[in-house]
Amino acid sequence: MNEHTSSGERPIKIPLMQRVLDNPFILLFIGIFVPAVFYIIWGIMEIVNIPIAP
Amino acid sequence: MSKAQFRTCPETGLQYHKQAEMLIRAHAVVAVVILLIGGIAALLVTLTRWPAIHLLPADRFYQLLTSHGVNMLIFWIISFEIAILYFCSSTLLKCRLATPKIAWLGFILMLAGIVVNNAAVASGTASVMMTSYVPMPANPNFYLGLILFAVGALIGCFVFLGTLVVAKDEKTYEGSIPLVTFGALTACIIAIFTIASGAIVLIPTWLWSLGLINNIDPAMYRVVWWALGHSSQQINVAAHVAVWYAIAAIVFGARPLSEKVSRGAFFLYIAFLQLASAHHLLVDPGLSAEWKIFNTSYAMYLAVLASMVHGLTVPGSIEVAQRSKGFTKGLFEWLRKAPWGNPVFSGMFISLIGFGFIGGISGVVMGTEQINIIIHNTIYVPGHFHATVVIGTTLAFMSLTYFLIPTLFRRQVAFPGLAKWQPYLFGLGMSVFTLAMMGAGTLGVERRHWDMAFTNTALSFDYPASAFTLMGIVGISGVAAILGGAIYILVTVVSVFFGKRVESESSYGFDMTTLSRADPLLVPDGGHEAAGKWGLAAPGTFVLAMFFLVIFVLYYAVNWKYLASVWPMS
Repeated sequence: MNEHTSSGERPIKIPLMQRVLDNPFILLFIGIFVPAVFYIIWGIMEIVNIPIAP
Repeated sequence: MSKAQFRTCPETGLQYHKQAEMLIRAHAVVAVVILLIGGIAALLVTLTRWPAIHLLPADRFYQLLTSHGVNMLIFWIISFEIAILYFCSSTLLKCRLATPKIAWLGFILMLAGIVVNNAAVASGTASVMMTSYVPMPANPNFYLGLILFAVGALIGCFVFLGTLVVAKDEKTYEGSIPLVTFGALTACIIAIFTIASGAIVLIPTWLWSLGLINNIDPAMYRVVWWALGHSSQQINVAAHVAVWYAIAAIVFGARPLSEKVSRGAFFLYIAFLQLASAHHLLVDPGLSAEWKIFNTSYAMYLAVLASMVHGLTVPGSIEVAQRSKGFTKGLFEWLRKAPWGNPVFSGMFISLIGFGFIGGISGVVMGTEQINIIIHNTIYVPGHFHATVVIGTTLAFMSLTYFLIPTLFRRQVAFPGLAKWQPYLFGLGMSVFTLAMMGAGTLGVERRHWDMAFTNTALSFDYPASAFTLMGIVGISGVAAILGGAIYILVTVVSVFFGKRVESESSYGFDMTTLSRADPLLVPDGGHEAAGKWGLAAPGTFVLAMFFLVIFVLYYAVNWKYLASVWPMS
């Protein structure tokens, strides 16, 4: 993504990380995805895999 | 541009959208009322855990502990945080609030949830404490109240996100959103994860309490519940750090040392802070060591790193601002000459120090699987989270309140002498309270038990006398801190409802005005480093950070040494 300077002469390339930080919905996705996968889903899978006592 | 109505505060230049202003006020007032209820419960709980007094019978103790936990950790904090979200979006971005009617619906749902939950607890049929672990049943309205509140708060979060979209669409700001708003966005994202987790666990539990579901697996419940229970406190961390940055800018005109670094630290919160919930489950048998260690000792440390970044950059930015104003003698003139009589600053700085030195260091110890076992589920745990949530978050919110009373409510702060001392009484009282709790927890004093002496029980345990002394200190310092909290409520209520009006020419009736911002600090010749020492722009903060690191390493090492004595091996 390019953005022009105030003079309109030289395009400035916005770094990828800044584009990520400037997009609240990408951040929302990351903030849900990471803990959902590593904490909740992984944790529930471990509980589900506990053998049931006969 | 919409025809929304705005007013500009003549003193601060802040611009309030009328609907946003009403919503901020409503959420803040409800939050303070809840703080009063939770504070009364806190007094009674403290006087019961003080062994020499031991005030309440067991059933009342657990009832009030439930009320204290839910009102303070959920209702007070999140109500105030929704106010902060609206302030950081509509006010700081100078734009109208998205969908005010839906925002009011969210507020009504939150209020209804608070009433329903508190009624259930007051009836004596829901003394299950905040965790409400199954299969211990509560009155269905206990869960229903929490669900209603959560839905209302979730609506508030999406109104905040919608307001960011409105601001971008209507071009009320250029480039990136301000750092304080970015901190609020971080809090909002963590809140959405938290509330979604709450829905996953509480809706089935509510149905179970109604008899519509036969069984809730306790192990499963604990995993998902802590994504609500602990992450809700991570909303606080992001929110109060945003408040620190805001107060540094308000009081000193400070700018972040590095926007990139500070935003990067908030990003680490977004991705990793919520994983720390796992430290509550470190002795649960159904979860693997890999899950526990990844979620605590590895991923959580990235969030700890972020907290240390904020702990460095906030005082660092204040130091740079002070040095630019000429407070350059020695390492700490900038700090000595800070406005310690201004509760907006003093509360914020005590919050920062208490959160870092007490809450932060103890949090890392609790997040390390091996040394966690020394203090797991002892009164050390509430010692830790009273340092983070009460000294860190609540005190930061109290400080912000002293700023908001004149600018938001247009009233003068009542009892300014009391307000000046309130952060010291509250912050220092709570610091002693948390340290004594941690000391007692290290000696094994249990977390929630009504009677640490185990009077007339079949199985007893003899604590060392020092444990009883420490719990006595918990009682005394707790009462002092509660007195500080009562002063805050007194000052706030009298100011808002009976305070003298701040005279101004501001009024509603015009669509948009220009927000007059404070001029940025001038960079001295040679850069900010020229006003510092050793080539550093903030040498005093650097020394404080090194002092923090030494305390951190020593305490961490002492705990490993203590672990060796707990489990002697030959």
